[in-house]
Amino acid sequence: MALTFAATPRTRSPETPRPRSSRGRAARRSLTGWGFAGPATLLVVGLSIFPAVWAFFISRTKWNGIAPATDVGWRNYQRIATDPDAIAAAQHTLVLTVLFVPASILLGILIAVALNQKIRLIGFYRTCIFVPYVASAAATGILASFVFNPQFGAANEALRRLGLPAQQFLESPGQALIVICLIALWGEVGFCAVIYLAALQDIPKELVEAATVDGAGKWRVFRHITLPELRPVTVFTAIWQTITAMQLFDLIYTTTRGGPMNSTQTVVYYIYELAFQTQRLGYGAAVAYLLFAVTMLLTVVVIWYNRRSGSGAF
Amino acid sequence: MSNPVSLRRRRLPFNPWHLLLMPLALIFVLPLVQMVLTSFMTTQEINQFPPKFIPASLHLDGYRALLSESHIVRWFANTVLVSAIAVVSHLILCSLAGYGFARLKFAGRGLAFLAVVATVMIPMQLLMIPTYLMFARAGIVDTLAAAFVPWLASAFGIFLMRQFFLSLPVELEEAARLDGCSTLRTFISVVLPLARPALATLAVFTLLSSWNDLLWPLVAISDDNRFTLQVGLASFQGTRRTEWSQLMAGNVIATMPLIIAFLVAQKRFIATMTFSGLKG
Repeated sequence: MALTFAATPRTRSPETPRPRSSRGRAARRSLTGWGFAGPATLLVVGLSIFPAVWAFFISRTKWNGIAPATDVGWRNYQRIATDPDAIAAAQHTLVLTVLFVPASILLGILIAVALNQKIRLIGFYRTCIFVPYVASAAATGILASFVFNPQFGAANEALRRLGLPAQQFLESPGQALIVICLIALWGEVGFCAVIYLAALQDIPKELVEAATVDGAGKWRVFRHITLPELRPVTVFTAIWQTITAMQLFDLIYTTTRGGPMNSTQTVVYYIYELAFQTQRLGYGAAVAYLLFAVTMLLTVVVIWYNRRSGSGAF
Repeated sequence: MSNPVSLRRRRLPFNPWHLLLMPLALIFVLPLVQMVLTSFMTTQEINQFPPKFIPASLHLDGYRALLSESHIVRWFANTVLVSAIAVVSHLILCSLAGYGFARLKFAGRGLAFLAVVATVMIPMQLLMIPTYLMFARAGIVDTLAAAFVPWLASAFGIFLMRQFFLSLPVELEEAARLDGCSTLRTFISVVLPLARPALATLAVFTLLSSWNDLLWPLVAISDDNRFTLQVGLASFQGTRRTEWSQLMAGNVIATMPLIIAFLVAQKRFIATMTFSGLKG
């Protein structure tokens, strides 16, 4: 499988900064090079490009994994457009992404700016805010089902103390998706904040000082110096968080398993159900390919738009 | 985390940023504290109204029941094994490959590296169906090998190590070569000792992702003796939706090793998060 990949390329690497070797040693050097790079390359390429190609062929069949597959051409893809479950899953994924991505960028910037202050307890604050990131999404989901339990969860207790009515949270079809988005933010915002914090600390001090000398206030410095400097990071975060939101699975599996009334069934959860609960491998692969195509398209659009408006992030 | 900040003014005795940071910090950390506290409560305490936050005493019933009614010890051992193999294999294979791509010239290098980078775009949900079928044919579905084989090396790891080796000055290696060291010898005794920070970042990244993975082992393993912690907890949750002290005890066991590692080596973890963010 991946061997073909390793054997086909004949191009020599174009850059030869130190031409000290004779032609006779080139073959030996190639052998050494492949000895170093080969094992990991074969594993990585063999476990992704080969299956990705195979997934495409599977997506054009009707197959339960046991009986022989029958070729159905593009019919699986055509069916997605009229499959109410697929459309609902796409809508839920879209809602989740639209809520999650801007929220994680805004919160990420806000928290990073706050954590960049030199005040007391800042180390304590940083630790507290970053620590949920290392907890697994599965554990986070189990914990969240406890915190948001309608009967004795802390969330309703907090509402009660504030004099607000109790909510059903994950058990309400209208709220579950929003609650899942909040839980995902709790787990992922630390990551965004870390990246923004590093970016903030990379901003040249002279820039800020010059602006301050010119009489710019704190807000204007933030608006006209800090924000533009953060832009490459924002492009990255937007792409990264979009991918995270579109591939959300673990949290849903350990909170609602797609319910109540399918209200939190996302595309990846739907693919999992199709392929591994109902054994519809061909159709599952088609949905997976479509999601992949949409993700790629979004990524390309974001990068292209960003290139065009010239911030040079990529 | 010790970078100095240029601008700060302190006119108020009480810095207003605390008003934002204190509630935020509590929102992030209190659920984890509650998780630990609840794992020591009895079922009656958990079901009380209004809810209790602090247990009357440290009841170990949750842990006891978890130990006797689930294979948690087994799951823990499986996870440790899978993560250990993943980390060791990543450190060896990705540093070798990173060095190969950064320093050695060989036929097909450009194309091979391009192929590695391209795989970053391919998501798990696309790969899980064919990978499952591949592993089924190889006869490793439902074994621990199914859980760790996808973690033996990663494009991210190769990329990280390559970037690091590119940033090293080449002179040291040249000196070693002039002294007659082979490429491998140079790599092991000259280059690797310099690569400790990058190797640590790679180890943290691999540990976090392999320890916390749920979707793939869930797909690949159905024998509950071979579950990893994440799969085990998820399945345990499916059968004991209301046994909160047991579920929280399981959560504590599954998350504490990484949380403690984070508290001990916070700088290293943050460097890893920063790197995985800035590589884009």
